[in-house]
Amino acid sequence: MLNISGIENGYVIDHIRAGKSLVIYDLLNLAEYDGQVAIIKNARSKKQGLKDIIKIEGLVDMDLNLLGFLDDNITINVIRNGEIIEKRKLTLPEKIIGLAKCKNPRCITSVEQGLKHEFILTDPENRVYRCRYCEEKYEEENR
Amino acid sequence: MRHLLRPTDFTREEIGELIETAQDIQAHPEKYAHVADGKKLATCFYEPSTRTRLSFESAMIRLGGSVLGFASADSSSASKGESVADTVRVVGVYSDIIAMRHPKEGAPMAAADKSPVPIINAGDGGHQHPTQTLTDLLTIKAEKGRLSDLTIGLCGDLKFGRTVHSLITALIRYENIRFILISPDELRVPDFVRHDVLEKNGIPFEEVDDLEEAMPKLDILYMTRVQRERFFNEADYIRLKDRYILDRSKMKLAPEDMIVMHPLPRVNEISVEVDDDPRAMYFRQAEYGVYIRMALIMKLLGLEAPKC
Repeated sequence: MLNISGIENGYVIDHIRAGKSLVIYDLLNLAEYDGQVAIIKNARSKKQGLKDIIKIEGLVDMDLNLLGFLDDNITINVIRNGEIIEKRKLTLPEKIIGLAKCKNPRCITSVEQGLKHEFILTDPENRVYRCRYCEEKYEEENR
Repeated sequence: MRHLLRPTDFTREEIGELIETAQDIQAHPEKYAHVADGKKLATCFYEPSTRTRLSFESAMIRLGGSVLGFASADSSSASKGESVADTVRVVGVYSDIIAMRHPKEGAPMAAADKSPVPIINAGDGGHQHPTQTLTDLLTIKAEKGRLSDLTIGLCGDLKFGRTVHSLITALIRYENIRFILISPDELRVPDFVRHDVLEKNGIPFEEVDDLEEAMPKLDILYMTRVQRERFFNEADYIRLKDRYILDRSKMKLAPEDMIVMHPLPRVNEISVEVDDDPRAMYFRQAEYGVYIRMALIMKLLGLEAPKC
């Protein structure tokens, strides 16, 4: 059993689909973050079999709700003074800006400088996001 | 400020008003001859087009306005790598309204985000072509007398045919509309049309590959060209381009009051022998295109015909 010390103040991003923690690490731009970050891959989970976990020391301002776009099973525990003060369940954000790329080679986002890729939630029931510009569906396997 | 980027940017009522204005323009063109005096339309066409661009220019000139612009990416600063956003910020200073055609999907929306003047999407890649849709709606209203209770057969390239996507999206807002989608498997309507537009709204449609079988059921047959420029692979284009050819013998299977529409240009999908058939509506459709674009320019610029 691998032991990673608890955090005093910060976030525990839990129930990440196994293997997806590095995608989230990139999305949240944690490479640029100066504080402590622990990535736990393939942790055993009663619910999921295997899961990934990310622990971030420090209550920095991050739009963690955006992670709902990747996987709305993810939970976020907010830790203050060593205690969980909030268990945040993610919902699907209405709009995703600059987090994911449109793969349609005919889309204007593939060539226009400075244009942020933007996706709109068009069908919450089926978790469908479409590019705001070309309306191409964002494919689940890219998440 | 309003733009026209997608056919649903206007409500059904607004489209009704545009059609009414267009029909009044057709009946009384002299009333509208100076409505846009002093106004300038810029046509920013990043890919070749004959009729859409000339139709816009004709519309503006008939309203008394003037036109400027470019007709291909090579003759614009796009060839130097300028972004669409930068181009419209500049062209918006030179003009009062911009009609844009671009090979990349969503380019007019990227333009509208930054433009100081209204943007009209004059076709963006395989995505949308809303002024063709307005033209089609006016043609249907003028020739069939209604926009509801219709069975529409769409035939040919339904995958890359942006006029098809726009027309389906616009027509589902009217009552009792049914579609028969006639195409080879490879050129079926894209997912965003099938799921988000047709299935989600419970619109009856069938997908078939036989044109002759569908003919007797149709009020409208909308033919499209298989577009070479949308294929990454020339072999696929050659294989699919002659799949449907409408000729006199197929027209015999159609009801007497069916109309044939086509956004033009045609290549060989409608044989020239059909041109004399009174049901062939595609050249008149091009004429309606000018009237509806006149009505659209007036609406986006907030212009009104003098009361007389």
